[in-house]
Amino acid sequence: MIEFSFIPLFTWLVSLLAVPAILLCRKKPDVREGVTFLAAFLKLGMVFMMLPLIRDGKILHFRFGEILPGIPIEFRVDGLGILFALVASSLWILTTLYSVGYMRGLKEHDQTRFFAYFAISLSATIGVAFAGNLLTLYIFYEILSLSTYPLVIHHGDKEARTGGRTYLSHLLGTSVAFVLPAMIYCYWKSGTDINFTEGAFLDGKIGSSDGLIVLLAFTLGFAKSGLMPFHSWLPNAMVAPTPVSALLHAVAVVKVGVFCVLRIFTGVFDTDFLQKLNVGTVITYIAAFTIIVSSLIALTQDNLKRRLAFSTIGQLAYIVLGVSFLSSNGVTGSVMHIAMHAFGKITLFFCAGAIFVASGKKYISQMVGLGKQMPITMIAFLIGSLSIIGLPPFGGAWSKWYLFLGALDANQTAMVIVLVISSLLNIAYLLPIPVNALFRSPSQKDGKDSDSGIKEAPLACLIPLCITALAGLLFFLFPGLGFELAQLITK
Amino acid sequence: MDPIIATFIEDNIVPKFNYWIYVILMMIGLYAMITKNNLMKKLIGMAIFQTAIILFYVSIGVKDTAGIPIISHHGSEHHQGATVHSESGSSSEEVSPVKVKNNTIDKDKYANPLPHVLMLTAIVVGVSTLGLALAISQKIFKSFGTLEEDEILNKLRPGSHD
Amino acid sequence: MTEHFPVLILLVPLFGALIVVLLGKERPNQCWMTSLISLGISSIISLFTVVAVLADKFQTIRYRMGGWPESNGYEVGIELRVDILAALVVFAVTFVGFVNTIYSKTRAETEVQGKVSFFYALIQLLIVGLCGIVMTNDAFNLYVLIEITSLTSYALIAMGNRRAALSSFNYVIMGTIGASFYLLGVGYLYIKTGTLNIDDIRMVLGNNNLWEHQSIIVAFIFIMLGLWTKMAFFPLHGWLPNAYAYAPSMTGTFMAPLMTKVMVYVMIRVMVWLFGNEFVYSGQHVWGELVIWMSVIAIVAGSLLALARTDIKKMLTYLIVAEVGYMVGGAWLGNVTGQAGAFYHILSDAAMTFCLFIAASIIVLRVGDSRVNAFDNLFRKMPLTMIGFTVGALSMIGLPPTCGFFSKWYLISGGIEAGQWEYVCALIFSSLVNAVIFFRIFERAYFGQITEVKEDFVPFDSDANPETAIKEVPWSMLFPLFIASGFVLLVGIMNRTLFEWIQTALKMVNT
Repeated sequence: MIEFSFIPLFTWLVSLLAVPAILLCRKKPDVREGVTFLAAFLKLGMVFMMLPLIRDGKILHFRFGEILPGIPIEFRVDGLGILFALVASSLWILTTLYSVGYMRGLKEHDQTRFFAYFAISLSATIGVAFAGNLLTLYIFYEILSLSTYPLVIHHGDKEARTGGRTYLSHLLGTSVAFVLPAMIYCYWKSGTDINFTEGAFLDGKIGSSDGLIVLLAFTLGFAKSGLMPFHSWLPNAMVAPTPVSALLHAVAVVKVGVFCVLRIFTGVFDTDFLQKLNVGTVITYIAAFTIIVSSLIALTQDNLKRRLAFSTIGQLAYIVLGVSFLSSNGVTGSVMHIAMHAFGKITLFFCAGAIFVASGKKYISQMVGLGKQMPITMIAFLIGSLSIIGLPPFGGAWSKWYLFLGALDANQTAMVIVLVISSLLNIAYLLPIPVNALFRSPSQKDGKDSDSGIKEAPLACLIPLCITALAGLLFFLFPGLGFELAQLITK
Repeated sequence: MDPIIATFIEDNIVPKFNYWIYVILMMIGLYAMITKNNLMKKLIGMAIFQTAIILFYVSIGVKDTAGIPIISHHGSEHHQGATVHSESGSSSEEVSPVKVKNNTIDKDKYANPLPHVLMLTAIVVGVSTLGLALAISQKIFKSFGTLEEDEILNKLRPGSHD
Repeated sequence: MTEHFPVLILLVPLFGALIVVLLGKERPNQCWMTSLISLGISSIISLFTVVAVLADKFQTIRYRMGGWPESNGYEVGIELRVDILAALVVFAVTFVGFVNTIYSKTRAETEVQGKVSFFYALIQLLIVGLCGIVMTNDAFNLYVLIEITSLTSYALIAMGNRRAALSSFNYVIMGTIGASFYLLGVGYLYIKTGTLNIDDIRMVLGNNNLWEHQSIIVAFIFIMLGLWTKMAFFPLHGWLPNAYAYAPSMTGTFMAPLMTKVMVYVMIRVMVWLFGNEFVYSGQHVWGELVIWMSVIAIVAGSLLALARTDIKKMLTYLIVAEVGYMVGGAWLGNVTGQAGAFYHILSDAAMTFCLFIAASIIVLRVGDSRVNAFDNLFRKMPLTMIGFTVGALSMIGLPPTCGFFSKWYLISGGIEAGQWEYVCALIFSSLVNAVIFFRIFERAYFGQITEVKEDFVPFDSDANPETAIKEVPWSMLFPLFIASGFVLLVGIMNRTLFEWIQTALKMVNT
């Protein structure tokens, strides 16, 4: 079953090797972006090479050598990892295309630095996805925090720095304060074994109260998952350029957070073992609280990117909620939601960026009637919203469906109600934006003159968002792959 | 005098007077080193402090009725090392592990020389510390024009970043 | 030849120091070359010693000075003993000395003008003293060597400006108190045991079951107080920040990484070899819990004091105070993991402090400002220096794969094993504070000041344009920085091997 392979290494390495090339080509932007594209396609290609093997039930692994007694730095590719890698690497291509349009459209400074750190971040994301043990996971998690920091403070002004400080202090602070001691505790408790193998390593080795503390430390410590009360880095990180917000804060970084939580539930503990300890409900309630509160906050935000950020917090909490049901349907729902939300949310961010590039508008109240000038963008926005809300015929419907099933399996009627209410809230904060833009004309006060010159964003921005919106539709029709991979870890 | 105090003096101070003296001297020295404002007085305190410890060491080498540890009778090289052996089970009252048989050296007649030897080194160390400290205080005096600590600190204040 | 290695490590720099004095101050280049060669030889020998100990399955090398034979199971003369721990620390000392001498090349001629020969002589004597401290097996000899290092370091610090002289004076006072307390403790031990050889004292204590005797307890407390003063364990740290911050830069870069660390080594040695674990960690004494709490206070206070500083070097010196807290706490946890973690931290802290101090000295020298705003835009102006600084800083924060992460890993493991959660919390707190401290600097180094109006500062070369004056320093200073940062990574990557060696040595004495 477990097979040694170099492909995980190369998948991880390819974006890292792109960094020196990007730096060398800093004088020739076209070559530089070419290098990024090349790396992105190679990465996706290698993920696709691994995919059939994983679907056959194999597990690929690559080990660098032991770094601490009993703990190697190790890559181990399983269903969950490959799904996440697939999402991240395919969206990297689209985001690169989008970034080219966005960064050039706005004539941003330090584009080389931007692309270089972007590539490092992607490597770190793949590192997390393929991590074979807790330490490897932790190391790449930290590298991801550090390498995205320069992207967040890209503008270098006061607002960006404040955002960057919140960003780093939350992510680094929680991981050092909670994850590190919890990891060492596991290491000590499980007898120097913190490798993710068949069956979780902490299974049966820890008591109920200790288990709860460790579980809480991990779940809150991986603050990239945006669970309250450590969520505020995410809205603050919206000062970054939009491609960063799109890929990192809708896909890579936040998904790394929930991915880590999934790993904790399935690889460190075990859903059955957690059921025995009876500690899942605490996480359930934290997640439910986060869903409702973040949705309510999202309603009040006028800055489009901030509203999307709070929406992301809520959607991430769905994923954590699904896992915390400790049932296979819940976990399936969570795994599916990682992919569905990724495509949905990146569409919305791409649209937000496209609107900003084309019209310079950041606030929702200014966007009334914008559908006339930017119909494609707004229709894509509508599709993305519907997918996130979870309405058929879009991919989000599947994951929502399984989350409902998970809640019923766990006999959590209260959570069914939470899911219903939150879906209504999703509608309330997402749908008005495209609907107002498409079907209402702007109020007279704004004056039509200011909007008349606005056209659709550059093609490089437009193509990616159309692709991701279409993907949302395709996922509804062909959800098979997602199920398959999700089932690999739930059985 | 209160009988309790009297017994305390009799039991704890008189037989252990050397310790009391060194502790008192040491405390005087420590007091001067920590509280005095004048750097020179601090150094005087330091000298007292170090001397107190030297006294302590010297006093532990002393035995009643013992003389200087020089072997006067003939054939001394015959006895050295070969007959001196240690006793691992020595009681806590003993000063030295060296136990000497009757036919060779009578250890009670000789004071223990080792603490004195150690103190020769300690004195050298003490003197060099003192000399160095004096040299440093000269440098301080040259650049500040005073040896009072508070005045020096006042002179430093305007330019300091602290 | 091999059996004489321990004494050769000492003799080579000792004669180097004499030669340097004889060469005189007229020939600074020859002085530099002499000390470079002598320290180079010394560090090569100590590297061979490490190899020799490893090749001999961790067998301790014992060397009788002057060839005095033992008499009836007791050592008469002074003995040098080198196990793997001592060999590693000696290598760290001599190698840091060697690299620091490269760094001193250009600095010594400007910072201690006219006293170059004395500087090189003193620094070599200091290294002799430090190596002697690590290797000697004689409690009184240890005192003398401690005083030799102290005397040389007083003089080295006093070579700086007028503030340095005052700091050195305070150091003299505190250092003498510390050393005297140590001497007193040795006196009490001598009263009870009649011997000064560390192994023999342990043997006599064990054979006669003197553990619970008051004199031994008093001796232990005195020795600990003395060593804590010498290693600047909070609240006995008062002398350290000023002394290291105002000393000539090449003195600071040598002493900051080594002096306190060697004292921590002595403390571990006294605890494990002289008194023994069963005495130190026996539940009958209150000190176990107390010292852990003291180290917690030291870590927290050191970190917070560092956070409050705007002067870079001062900030780093307070970080040393916090790091000393790490090591004391680790050594007192009462398990081998903690002890070995504390010992591993000696090596890793030496590497990272060396790295940070060199980087800070270079930056202060180039920018001419010792405050945090010296770092404005330095990633653009001095990228190589900043890379070195970043490696050291990440290690201080404790991020993998730098050695700081692994030492924290082992120390936290020890804390969890001992159930001392307050210590674990303190370590994590300190990591977080370090993160704040260093990212504050990184942010400035990356983007410069936010405000448009720059504070006026005096650049290093005031004639030149301030924008171009701040550039990379010569290779004689950058090279040591890169070696240091290389070692930060190397010690980190090799942590498993090093930790196994340390654990083996510590387990050998415990059984």
